[in-house]
Amino acid sequence: MTSASSGDASRIQPPRTPFWRADWARGSLWQALLLAAFVWLMWSAIDNASVNMRARGVPTDFGFWNRPAGFDINQTLVPFTSSGSTYGRAFVVGLLNTLLVAFFGVIIATLLGFLIGVARLSRNWIIARLATIYVEVIRNTPLLLQLLFWYNAVLKPLPNPRQSVSLPGSVYLNNRGLFVPEPIFGAGSDWTLWALGLAIIASYVVKLYAARLRIVSTKRIPVGMIALGLVIGLPALSFLIAGAPLTWSAPELRGFNFQGGVRIYPEFVALLLGLSLYTAAFIAEIVRAGVLSVSHGQSEAASALGLPRGRSLRLVVIPQAMRVIIPPLTNQYLNLTKNSSLAVFIGYPDLVQVFAGTVLNQTGAAVQVISITMAVYLVISLVTSAGMNLYNRRMALAER
Amino acid sequence: MSDITAASNNGAPQAFVRTKASPDLPPPLAVGGIIGWMRENLFSSALTSSLTLLSLLFLYWYTPDLVRWLFIDAIWSAPDGEACRAPGAGACWAYVNAKIEFFAYGSYPRDMVWRVDLTLVLGACLAAWLLWPSAKRKALALVLFLVVYPILAFHLLHGLGPMLRGAMRGLADLFGSKALADMAASALPVVGTNLWGGVFVSLLVATVGIVVSLPLGVLLALGRRSKAPVSRFLCVMLIEIVRGVPLITVLFMANTMLPLFVPEQWSPDRLMRPLIGVALFSSVYMAEVVRGGLQAVPKGQFEGAMALGLNWWAMMRLIILPQALTIVIPGVVNSFIALFKDTTLVAIVGIFDFLRAVDTARLDPVWAGPTISATGYVFAATFYFVFCFGMSRYSMMMEQRLTRGRSH
Amino acid sequence: MKVRASSLGFALAAATTLGFMDLAAAQSGDKTSRTLEQVRARGFLSCGTNTGLAGFALPDDKGSWSGLDVDLCRAVSSAIFNDPNKIKFVPLTAKDRFTALQSGEIDVLSRNGTWTQSREADLGLLWAGVNYYDGQGFMVRKKLNVSSAMELSGASVCVQQGTTTELNLADYFRSKNMKYEVVAFATANEAIKAYDSGRCDSYTTDQSGLYSERVKLMNADEHLVLPEVISKEPLGPAVRQGDDQWFNLVKWSHFVMVNAEELGVTKANADERLKSTNPEIRRLLGVEGDFGKALGLTADWGFRIVKHVGNYGESFNRNLGEGSPLKIKRGQNALWNKGGLQYAPPVR
Repeated sequence: MTSASSGDASRIQPPRTPFWRADWARGSLWQALLLAAFVWLMWSAIDNASVNMRARGVPTDFGFWNRPAGFDINQTLVPFTSSGSTYGRAFVVGLLNTLLVAFFGVIIATLLGFLIGVARLSRNWIIARLATIYVEVIRNTPLLLQLLFWYNAVLKPLPNPRQSVSLPGSVYLNNRGLFVPEPIFGAGSDWTLWALGLAIIASYVVKLYAARLRIVSTKRIPVGMIALGLVIGLPALSFLIAGAPLTWSAPELRGFNFQGGVRIYPEFVALLLGLSLYTAAFIAEIVRAGVLSVSHGQSEAASALGLPRGRSLRLVVIPQAMRVIIPPLTNQYLNLTKNSSLAVFIGYPDLVQVFAGTVLNQTGAAVQVISITMAVYLVISLVTSAGMNLYNRRMALAER
Repeated sequence: MSDITAASNNGAPQAFVRTKASPDLPPPLAVGGIIGWMRENLFSSALTSSLTLLSLLFLYWYTPDLVRWLFIDAIWSAPDGEACRAPGAGACWAYVNAKIEFFAYGSYPRDMVWRVDLTLVLGACLAAWLLWPSAKRKALALVLFLVVYPILAFHLLHGLGPMLRGAMRGLADLFGSKALADMAASALPVVGTNLWGGVFVSLLVATVGIVVSLPLGVLLALGRRSKAPVSRFLCVMLIEIVRGVPLITVLFMANTMLPLFVPEQWSPDRLMRPLIGVALFSSVYMAEVVRGGLQAVPKGQFEGAMALGLNWWAMMRLIILPQALTIVIPGVVNSFIALFKDTTLVAIVGIFDFLRAVDTARLDPVWAGPTISATGYVFAATFYFVFCFGMSRYSMMMEQRLTRGRSH
Repeated sequence: MKVRASSLGFALAAATTLGFMDLAAAQSGDKTSRTLEQVRARGFLSCGTNTGLAGFALPDDKGSWSGLDVDLCRAVSSAIFNDPNKIKFVPLTAKDRFTALQSGEIDVLSRNGTWTQSREADLGLLWAGVNYYDGQGFMVRKKLNVSSAMELSGASVCVQQGTTTELNLADYFRSKNMKYEVVAFATANEAIKAYDSGRCDSYTTDQSGLYSERVKLMNADEHLVLPEVISKEPLGPAVRQGDDQWFNLVKWSHFVMVNAEELGVTKANADERLKSTNPEIRRLLGVEGDFGKALGLTADWGFRIVKHVGNYGESFNRNLGEGSPLKIKRGQNALWNKGGLQYAPPVR
């Protein structure tokens, strides 16, 4: 220390470390090595893959995408035929089927999960016990086992088509599915759709108006009732004005099975049932934990303010519980979507069954097909988490 | 009282003046005892009462049938499926009894199943050592479990590899021992993985998943929290990608893509491929569990360690990880439960796990009958439930101990 | 005390390292171009089979395999090792079968695989003969009163996905202008289960498969295999291209079995036929000439095959025919001189 020469005693120089021993240098070295290792690993994997794929005659391009598929799929939301449709079309069919079952699964699982979560907290001993047994049994057995069970449980008791259960309104139930009449929209039915859109916008305006009214005066208007009236009334009115342009195509028994109408497949029902019941058990636990996390003082304060129990739940407890509930709930929605890939075990034509199953087998393009499949699930995951994060931020903002 | 008196003084008509105390209310019917409990918990309002009645009706309708099917009408012992095919017969436990070895070991040679048993017992002992709350020297147990046990298990299950055999032969030549030479030639013959199956494979897949995912998950979690850009980016990417896709696609990838990505002579064994997939999958979930544990360690611990002049690795090894890993024990057990349930999916790449064994055995024409499927599923469900439920109770117990310990 | 602890640690570390290297060694196989040498060095044949198809390849509870396809591997093993059991059976799903052969994981794929042009030209495989002439058919319940596949319009059909079966099915219904509903499952087991539970009116696969799956149904007698065959399915063993010696070995193992049947040599009378004066039998059993040498085998390789496995007719009868629960008729698989298609070139 030559403090005298610097002329400033208060400034003490730290001991100089040579740069190769400095933290930043070591850190960068390790990072560079890691990066190099990663790049080398990737490169050798790609190199091996190209050598191996060429040796085994595996296609390396996406040329299969526009080739005719040559196989059939039973449940299709968009038209698909074995002669005219391509492998790309098969991908779309599988993707839509996955989204379909995930969409309904999420709705049912949420409703059921909230119901069971609240039931577990019920003061009714027997209801709480039954809910607990449900949650424990469902959570501690594999989903695949439950799916196989539901598929058998759905199929076994149903009769064959010739002895179908006939329900009122041309609805038939047999072991090939549930057949309901298909609505066929005539000219002018698009007006109904426009009216519906208009009604939704109008309801939103009413809601905004009601919110302003609440600030400037004590007057309250029944927003819910008005909105309901608008959403049902307007389309109904325009439907009638257009002359009720709707006919029904009823299913009828021809040959082996019913033809015409809309058909709900047993594979779909079994998968939907299995996924919703399984996920509901997990959601129930999340809801229970969320409600328990709201301190008791909150509901006591609400009832001290004279709020009835239903309103205190809706206005005080649930909004606070939601902040705890939403992040794990998002995970459950994603799990449900990912678990829908178990469809392959019960023959429901989802993305994995159609695309990573049949298309992969027919084309042999393993790398391309599996990469695309994984990318699709990844995108679904990212979009869902982004959406839920947005919602979560809104809920969290309400805090202060 | 003074207000009322004042009012009467005004001469206004008196509405009500209580002059004597109202009669006592009758005592509550019962607050204690069975009746009181039932009033409190089952019939407190019209809604709860009706729910109670509905539930009781539900139980009344279904329980007797279930009990009859499971126990009373069940066939407990029979040489083949004849008795089970009789109309009105319940669960066919005789079939489970006949197939129990197949369910447990798959096609593993029957005279060598002691090797499987020994491996399982050893694994169970080590797991008990690790999970027993007051056991000593857990670090040793961890090393044994993560390093020594896998290698031992491999040689026990698969058979001695060529090098160990060679080493034994060398030793035998050195000492001129005939017994050792015999042992080198015949001890633990190789049993191909194509013969493995049943509960044993389910446990194997789940155990491999956990054993690999513990160290790998810790590394990934540390990488994700580190400030170094490359390691953080790689870890985040791997974790998010694998967490965003279903296990089935990871298994497909391991099964069909992995052999393409490595030089041909390294192409992994048919059982090895799903094991790699499962290990990768469980590692990223483990990384998230460990990350939770790291976040739960108070900041002061990091700062204290740094104040002591410990470098990053020493801080992690000596201060942070021991605390974080204790916190995540319940999470690890929960991961194991989830993984054990997920092992059923390896059937999609042709591995013979427990559920697949049950599923295959019910096609045996000797036993085929209307109740065989249901019996098999009920048996499998019971097995999974007992196993997973027990583990989850343990994890809840640990959680309670931990929160109690931390609230002090 | 201290010394003992550290030496113990050292021993443990050494054993660990050795064990790890063993793990790696057990994984990687040697890679010489000649399959026969590899098989000899390894000490066993690696044979890709079906995961379980009665009559072709099925393991019992103890893991011992039997079936027509299995017998072909046993014949090859007998020819090489004079032992029909030096085989590692690798059960393969429809999806994995060709990659397993291409990657060298198995030496021969004897898994009721259909011989097609693209599989040889694109995938780099070679079919070493046809050990079963098959065709795709339909199975229905008798109570549906259907007697021909032409009456299946509007039916639901259960099928295993990812096979040529699924494509043939689509082609058939399209060409006949009939409607149908396909229910595709990942494995044959799931497909047959769904058919059994009434989900489908019909189950389709190769006719041999229909017969062998039928025994798994709850009441096998209630089901009927329709007479129509909607495709050609020549099933046989496949090998990799580029090793002609191995290709010949597998091909001629099959031909030996067919020739043995034609010449009336059976498992039981093989020893006695060694003394036969018929030059064809003498050449087949290796008494005259040395026809094994060019294949890399001993002269008596033919005798070994017949002695250990039997001739083609015996194998067929034992696994698929009257001697089995399947009771499939020889039909197209009878010898050429009995009205069938099984024809083997002479050994000379």
